[in-house]
Amino acid sequence: MTNIFTEISPALRRRHAAETRFMWFGRIAIFIAIGFLVVMIGSIAWIGSGALKQTQVELSVFIDPQEISADAIADADYSKLVKSALRSRFPEVKKRRDKKNLYGLVSYDAAYTLRDKVVADPDLIGQTVNIWFVASDDLDMLIKGNLTITGDEKMRRFDDKQLGWVESLKQEDAIETRFNRAFFTSGDSREPELAGILGAFVGTALTLLVCFCLSFPVGILAAIYLEEFARKNRWNDLIEVNINNLAAVPSIVFGLLGLAVFLNAFGLPRSSPLVGGLVLALMTLPTMIIAARAALRAVPPSIREAALGIGATRIQTVFHHVAPLALPGMLTGAIVGMARALGETAPLLMIGMVAFIVDIPNSILQPATALPVQIFLWADSPERAFLEKTSAAIIVLILFLILMNLVAILLRNKFSQRF
Amino acid sequence: MNMQETDTLSKTQVSARNVNVFYGEKQALHNITLDVKRNKVTSFIGPSGCGKTTFLKCINRMNDLIDICRIEGDILIDGQDIYDKNVDVVALRAHVGMVFQKPNPFPKSIFENVAYGMKIHNMTKSKSELEDRVEDSLRRAALWDEVKDRLDQPGTGLSGGQQQRLCIARTIAVQPRVILMDEPASALDPIATAKVEELIHELRENFTIIIVTHSMQQAARVSQHTAFFHLGELVEYGKTNTIFTNPIDERTQNYITGRIG
Repeated sequence: MTNIFTEISPALRRRHAAETRFMWFGRIAIFIAIGFLVVMIGSIAWIGSGALKQTQVELSVFIDPQEISADAIADADYSKLVKSALRSRFPEVKKRRDKKNLYGLVSYDAAYTLRDKVVADPDLIGQTVNIWFVASDDLDMLIKGNLTITGDEKMRRFDDKQLGWVESLKQEDAIETRFNRAFFTSGDSREPELAGILGAFVGTALTLLVCFCLSFPVGILAAIYLEEFARKNRWNDLIEVNINNLAAVPSIVFGLLGLAVFLNAFGLPRSSPLVGGLVLALMTLPTMIIAARAALRAVPPSIREAALGIGATRIQTVFHHVAPLALPGMLTGAIVGMARALGETAPLLMIGMVAFIVDIPNSILQPATALPVQIFLWADSPERAFLEKTSAAIIVLILFLILMNLVAILLRNKFSQRF
Repeated sequence: MNMQETDTLSKTQVSARNVNVFYGEKQALHNITLDVKRNKVTSFIGPSGCGKTTFLKCINRMNDLIDICRIEGDILIDGQDIYDKNVDVVALRAHVGMVFQKPNPFPKSIFENVAYGMKIHNMTKSKSELEDRVEDSLRRAALWDEVKDRLDQPGTGLSGGQQQRLCIARTIAVQPRVILMDEPASALDPIATAKVEELIHELRENFTIIIVTHSMQQAARVSQHTAFFHLGELVEYGKTNTIFTNPIDERTQNYITGRIG
């Protein structure tokens, strides 16, 4: 007698095969997705990691007392001192063009580095001191191996004579690559070697703060009203349709709205995180409302009946019982909305946050830029060295996103653990 | 007012006069008139969709939550019209408690579940008084001994029968005059059902109880009066004994013998 449990009919075999096939399709899909992600993040991280290092050049500078007047130390021509230090290091350089190339080895920031040193310690005047200066972006690229040093001399950034200088500095250990602190502590700059991410980072943080403080409470209150209090009639349907439509409106339209209303009609400060946050809040609001309404709808009606049944008012019912249960879902909506706001560039372009801003904003009313806009600006710059800055800025943006989501997930877990 | 009327008033807690209920165009209840006696258990029986739960929800105005629901006629509790425009539904529901078909404790601690109603109605002056009242309510719901060591644990972690008794404790904690029960034992096993029925029996001393049930045995066991609803009409209302042994209406006869329903 055949065992009915071990005997496999062809039909059953086909069903099992279909199942296995489907499982493998799923695995392949996930594998492809992960592959793309790894390639993308990996290449960005690979390029961006260069920006963590910055080449520095050591020069011995004679701080000439004749160039510095004692009562105006800060006003002296320090770039002249740096240039003469370079000339005395390479006395063979005589031609005007060669001199210009020689001066181009260090960043124009070198003069300020020297000034700050002398202002901090006036006793240095008259001495010869060894100082590490930030290298220019071209030298930086050369040291990091991103420039071609073979082929036609005229087509290269560095001709053989310049390469000789670099080689001679290298042999004296006067060229080093160090951790690039400036990238994390300074604002934007036209010089890639001086450009930092902090200004954009603070700008983004302030903008998102404004955005969250507006859109989260407004979104949740709107959702609670629509879901728990408003009568279900045609007006409610109309509002719902409009909210759903608004969630799908291209973000640049919100930028135009912000330009017309917040800047032109209300006269709020251009390029400020306040206006950026307002615009992003408008953009995020529909997403938040939709997610919060779904979260409220998912709370079982029996909880409402229980509270109303012992004489809680509708407000008490909502805030004591329904909203706490819906909060994890609302926070998920907030994560999605804020993540979208974080990566948004287009609406910020319309309200002037694309401007070149060097100072780090310290209030929501000061001009600022945001991380995605900074990436856009750097990617647009012609200097080779901005490439790695762009990638590094993308990494910072992704880290910011991860950090933000982590906080939201922790908050969500904290709230959903309440039974 | 003569003696007889005073007597009737004092014995009657809830009285409905010509109540009609509509859901949109559809009429769910037709001209219901009945008097529920004080400190008695009254059960509403009838086949599904006959309007017994609808009528129950009219008594604490839970139907107000349904936008399309419209109610005509009068319902009086202790002689006061609860559909008067000056009546505050929140105050009404503090006096007319409700226990639902599915146990629905709040996702909070056992203590919080019972204390919540007293807190929102400011019924206690001190924390110790609140604790005493919580204990008292749990004792009266015959749940104290089972939960006294874990009052801070979630009410949703109890068994179904315990959850339902917790819901009853929560309801009696606010000291209502009337307790409405909507098939309170339909989601429970026979042992838990027996406990809830026993509890109903004890609570009768202090509360007027109206219970909707699908089980005729349960109606016979727990109630003194029974109302039979059919297709939105009140077919017959009287002493439980009479209804079950000697029904007047043919439809009641058919229902209790199992021919309809």
